[in-house]
Amino acid sequence: MFANLSPHLAPLQVVIPLIAAPLSLFLRNATAAWLFALVATWSAFVIACLLLVQVLDQGVLSYALGGWPPPWGIEYRLDAANAPVLVIVSGIGAAVMTYARQGILAEIEKHNQVLFFPVFLLALAGLLGVTITGDAFNLFVFLEISSLSTYVLVSLGANRDKRALSAAISYLIAGTIGATFFVIGIGLLYMATGTLNIMDLAMRIADMGDSRLVRAAFAFIIVGIGLKLALFPLHLWLPNAYTFAPSAVTVFIAATSTKVAVYVLMRFVFTVFGTRFDFQELTLSYLFLPLALVGMFVPSIVAVFQTNVKRLLAYSSIAQIGYMLLGLSFATIAGLTAASIHLFNHALMKGALFMAVGAVALRMGSTDIDAFTGLGRKMPWTMAAFVAGGLSLIGLPLTVGFVSKWLLIEAAFASGQWWIAGFVVMSSLIAVIYVWRVVELAYLHDTPEHVNVTEAPASVLVPMWGLVLANFYFGINAQFTTSVARRAAEALLGVFP
Amino acid sequence: MSAEFILGHYNYWVVIVLMMAGLYVVVSRGNLVKKIIGLNIFQTSVFLLYISMGKVRGGTAPIEIEGTGVIYSNPLPHVLILTAIVVGVATTAVGLAIIVRIREAYGTIEEDEILKIDHILDFGEGAQD
Repeated sequence: MFANLSPHLAPLQVVIPLIAAPLSLFLRNATAAWLFALVATWSAFVIACLLLVQVLDQGVLSYALGGWPPPWGIEYRLDAANAPVLVIVSGIGAAVMTYARQGILAEIEKHNQVLFFPVFLLALAGLLGVTITGDAFNLFVFLEISSLSTYVLVSLGANRDKRALSAAISYLIAGTIGATFFVIGIGLLYMATGTLNIMDLAMRIADMGDSRLVRAAFAFIIVGIGLKLALFPLHLWLPNAYTFAPSAVTVFIAATSTKVAVYVLMRFVFTVFGTRFDFQELTLSYLFLPLALVGMFVPSIVAVFQTNVKRLLAYSSIAQIGYMLLGLSFATIAGLTAASIHLFNHALMKGALFMAVGAVALRMGSTDIDAFTGLGRKMPWTMAAFVAGGLSLIGLPLTVGFVSKWLLIEAAFASGQWWIAGFVVMSSLIAVIYVWRVVELAYLHDTPEHVNVTEAPASVLVPMWGLVLANFYFGINAQFTTSVARRAAEALLGVFP
Repeated sequence: MSAEFILGHYNYWVVIVLMMAGLYVVVSRGNLVKKIIGLNIFQTSVFLLYISMGKVRGGTAPIEIEGTGVIYSNPLPHVLILTAIVVGVATTAVGLAIIVRIREAYGTIEEDEILKIDHILDFGEGAQD
């Protein structure tokens, strides 16, 4: 039976969570729905790993949905650029689902608990669909599936804090404007080329070169995706959405949804518009590079002054997107390798950090920085995970953060802009300040008298430490991730070894 | 700019006006329901853009007719926009549902009042802006 399934792994990747979502709605019991969703997310992860192995082995996998050959039908197309993103998204999805149960029980009101699972699975299916599809319009549809379910997931935090609702509506407005800009861009591209298949678009744009219509499409698409990925001045929806969403949701969206948007940006900037499109070079060096540099600093400095640890990490996420954008703006193999590996590494570190904060929220009922006072003794495993994630965020050697920054600095030197390396180091030093604020409170202060908490339960600690250990494992043994990221960069730039 | 150009692009002018009007409503109105309606207008302009681009001059509805040399309009953008309409309806539904919850929790759907309440929750009573 399984042998018959293997050619159909690509659609199954999306179909399993998509079908599991409505099915889990029939399970009236939160535990049953959780177990069901757990199986679905882990099987998605296994499929993503199998697909990555196949891609690394064979290069490009193409699947024509319904037997309609591309470019007419919808194509699922996997290459070295998107197969690793599938692994990140589904891996984080599986880890979060394992982690989610306790948090969901504590943070969401009882009659809504069952509803969390279908919405989560839909968000996962949407993100996986965005990543795997080779069709520009299909990409928009999946983007909206994931975004709409993410708005709902964020609003589920309303039981704990009503600000989740205002965060959800501003996210919805920003996200919808972004998606609409994106779909206008796709429409203009269709007008210019008459195709929607990404590879076909790339070929036709390369043939026809520069035109005003293609430029307009480019601008609409960049702004649209920029809103979705919280590109620096378009990030205003992000801090509140991350802060007030339920902890499990924050882990999931912080580690996946902006990453997928970065992947889409890379796909459009490099694969679709490609290097033959002169306008792209200008955008990269006069728009993305300055925005990335400002984005590395301003949100980091804002993070230093936050009193809520979740919001602090949210601002830090915006700064980290700056790093990815920086790598992308070099438009070299080295730069894209750094951006792709940071996509993976940042998911690992922010996943671990937000899980640790979620565990504190579970025990203390708050994510205010004061709630962390003296927790080093009360919740040693959780706080150790926070410290490890924080070190990785700063970029200490032996962690994944170091690998990312090393490659980024190397790419900066290789492109002749050595001064950028200085900026990367300086913004890492700001990360030291905000991570230290939390660590200092947790370890160097006595626990307040009235605080009498115990360590988080094992179901929370195990996925958290899984991610922490991954931070160290891929930090020490970076061979595999670097080579995959390099192949991703080569696939995006269209250079095949 | 000749009159022919202006009249010939009638649909596109409508698209641009609707697009700008919708976006302006989203940005300028404080009432959340009006913001959602603005989003709707904004999305409608995209529907019109897609429908316009499917038209082929002299083309008929894309239903197969006997004989050769029949010109058909392009059905693909129309099919695409059906999906986008569904997405738009879903967005409106989710948005309005969240607004209902906001009204229950905050007692208002005016953005500046909500922000004021959020500000007090963020920094405590009596905090200065």
